[in-house]
Amino acid sequence: MSAVRNFFHAIRVRLGKLPKWAQILLWALAVLLVYLLPIINPPLLTTTDSDFASVLFSCAMYSLVAIGLNIVIGYAGLLDLGYVGFFAVGAFTVGVLSSAHGSIPLLIAFPIAMAVTLVSGVLLGAPTLRVRGDYLAIVTLGFGEIIRLVLLNTQWLGGASGIANIPSPPSWAIFEIPHITWQGLTAFVDLETTTTFLEFTVVDAVPFYWLALTLVLIVLFLDWLMQNSRVGRAWEATREDEDAAELMGVPTFRFKLLAFATGAAIGGLSGALFATRQGFINPDNFSIIYSVLFVAMVVVGGQGNRWGVVSAAVLLIWLPEKFRFLADGRYLLFGLALMALAIFRPQGLLPPKRSVRAKQAEEEEQEVLEEGTARV
Amino acid sequence: MSETPNPRHPDGNPGRRPEDVIETPDTSVDISVEEIADLPPGKMLEVDDVTLRFGGVKALDGVSFHINTGEILGLIGPNGAGKTTCFNVMTGVYQPTSGGVRFMGDPLGKRKKFEITKMGIARTFQNIRLFHNMTALENVLVGADAHHSTGIASALLRLPKHRAEEAEGMDRAHELLKFMGLERRADELARNLPYGDQRRLEIARALATNPKLLCLDEPAAGFNPAEKRRLMELIQTIRDQGYTVLLIEHDMKLVMGVTDRIVVLEFGKKIAEGLPAEIRDNPAVIAAYLGVDESAS
Repeated sequence: MSAVRNFFHAIRVRLGKLPKWAQILLWALAVLLVYLLPIINPPLLTTTDSDFASVLFSCAMYSLVAIGLNIVIGYAGLLDLGYVGFFAVGAFTVGVLSSAHGSIPLLIAFPIAMAVTLVSGVLLGAPTLRVRGDYLAIVTLGFGEIIRLVLLNTQWLGGASGIANIPSPPSWAIFEIPHITWQGLTAFVDLETTTTFLEFTVVDAVPFYWLALTLVLIVLFLDWLMQNSRVGRAWEATREDEDAAELMGVPTFRFKLLAFATGAAIGGLSGALFATRQGFINPDNFSIIYSVLFVAMVVVGGQGNRWGVVSAAVLLIWLPEKFRFLADGRYLLFGLALMALAIFRPQGLLPPKRSVRAKQAEEEEQEVLEEGTARV
Repeated sequence: MSETPNPRHPDGNPGRRPEDVIETPDTSVDISVEEIADLPPGKMLEVDDVTLRFGGVKALDGVSFHINTGEILGLIGPNGAGKTTCFNVMTGVYQPTSGGVRFMGDPLGKRKKFEITKMGIARTFQNIRLFHNMTALENVLVGADAHHSTGIASALLRLPKHRAEEAEGMDRAHELLKFMGLERRADELARNLPYGDQRRLEIARALATNPKLLCLDEPAAGFNPAEKRRLMELIQTIRDQGYTVLLIEHDMKLVMGVTDRIVVLEFGKKIAEGLPAEIRDNPAVIAAYLGVDESAS
């Protein structure tokens, strides 16, 4: 594992020595490549048994969930086992507004869905954030189930049959992009299968993937802005020692509520994406098992590191799809992998690293040490 | 930065590690702030007949004393005398059963802990309670954030307020780390710091909140006599820069040297108050510390 880390570290050092414009160019190329993944269908990455673009869309959607939950669990240290509740609130808000009881355009329904989940986060948090640790986990677990049961038993929300005919985002067809297919290692341009830029249809998941990926990038940026400010520090201090934080002037309750609400709003956004992609939602889509999956993403990725939780979300969605041919055996492997991780790397795949300056200080120290021995 | 032999190295040659360079507090750094300039002389904090019960136990029993602006007040007493409990009442951790605390003439009442910190009372903890997975610098920044108000909106939009407060906090944090002799440790995780540095970091974090009154709960616990003496000198420098200090300490001898006045607690009651010299000769204090010789009485 440390070999892998050193390898990436070496790459980072190399990259750091490039001129600024070259770095930006490389980043832009990398992002472009990620956007074009479902068009290129890279041989090893692509999933043969299920639609690759759909898998990628799921990866992006769940990344969004992981980023949101990372704020709650990773930054503020609040174990939320009912996060799927917010996901459901977001999805059903879009369903109700744009299909079941109205025909509000999605562009307006999305922000409303986020606002509604934000409010639901505050409503849940205000009474429950006074309890800590395990108690909070139990209360949130209950919340997730309550949401599902309310959805199941409220006819106004469709009851067990849910809400159908949720519209897709507005399309604006401009040009068509042919996909690439591979035979062995030779690439062919497949003029038969094309993606229209930018037309959201049920058959083509690529535009949905682009939409989700764009949202992920925006939310990642906002997440960075929040974390590197008084807000992020207050969250971390609260996580580390709530009483000490309070005595150092951090209004901990207010910040916990803020973390809860922000996380909820991001979960709601993700749920809204889910609703518009599926076109059809019912309470079964929001069972407790998803909450567990979401928490697994954050824990596997490394609580508190946004890149870690995003990688974990992508892995946890992509791996089962990639190994679909193993049928249910893959869940056995999945469980074993999680146990192995818990034993050998309990801090997660990519735990939050110390600041870059701390790393530099460490390297300097290493150099001084090596110089010392070299002189002998 | 003297060239001391490196004990970790077989030849003790100058392959110095940065951590081998012992950084001493730089007491020439000016750490005073506007908040504490021109405070009116007189009683800064008054503890007025405070009683605190835990069920049947009286942890504090009608304790009254005050702290004058600009002094170092020592709060001493044997184990379990109620010193830390007294701190907890003053910082809002506990609500007194009866009686009250006034700060700058203002009753603390039911104010929350963070509000009391904002009023100007900061504290350290007897058992170190740093934010262990944050760097030393970040720890101090959290303290400095006590007088900042950046919310989520100005953080997301990077408003001028956010920038100004970040810059101010950074300056203040580096100043304090330098003063405490922790500048080189700024980017290390708090939990990786040596014990003594952790103790000093707690003081830096408390000072960052710009307190009028700094409450130190056994800051020298676990130090050897030389370290204790150095710390006491540092505390005197902090006072000389305009801060008022309340010091809990076990070690009588040590307290005598640095404090202006001393309050002695025993079993939740105040048994003496006065100048160090008076306390030293007070029979009740001697009895509390050494026990009464039954046969002699």
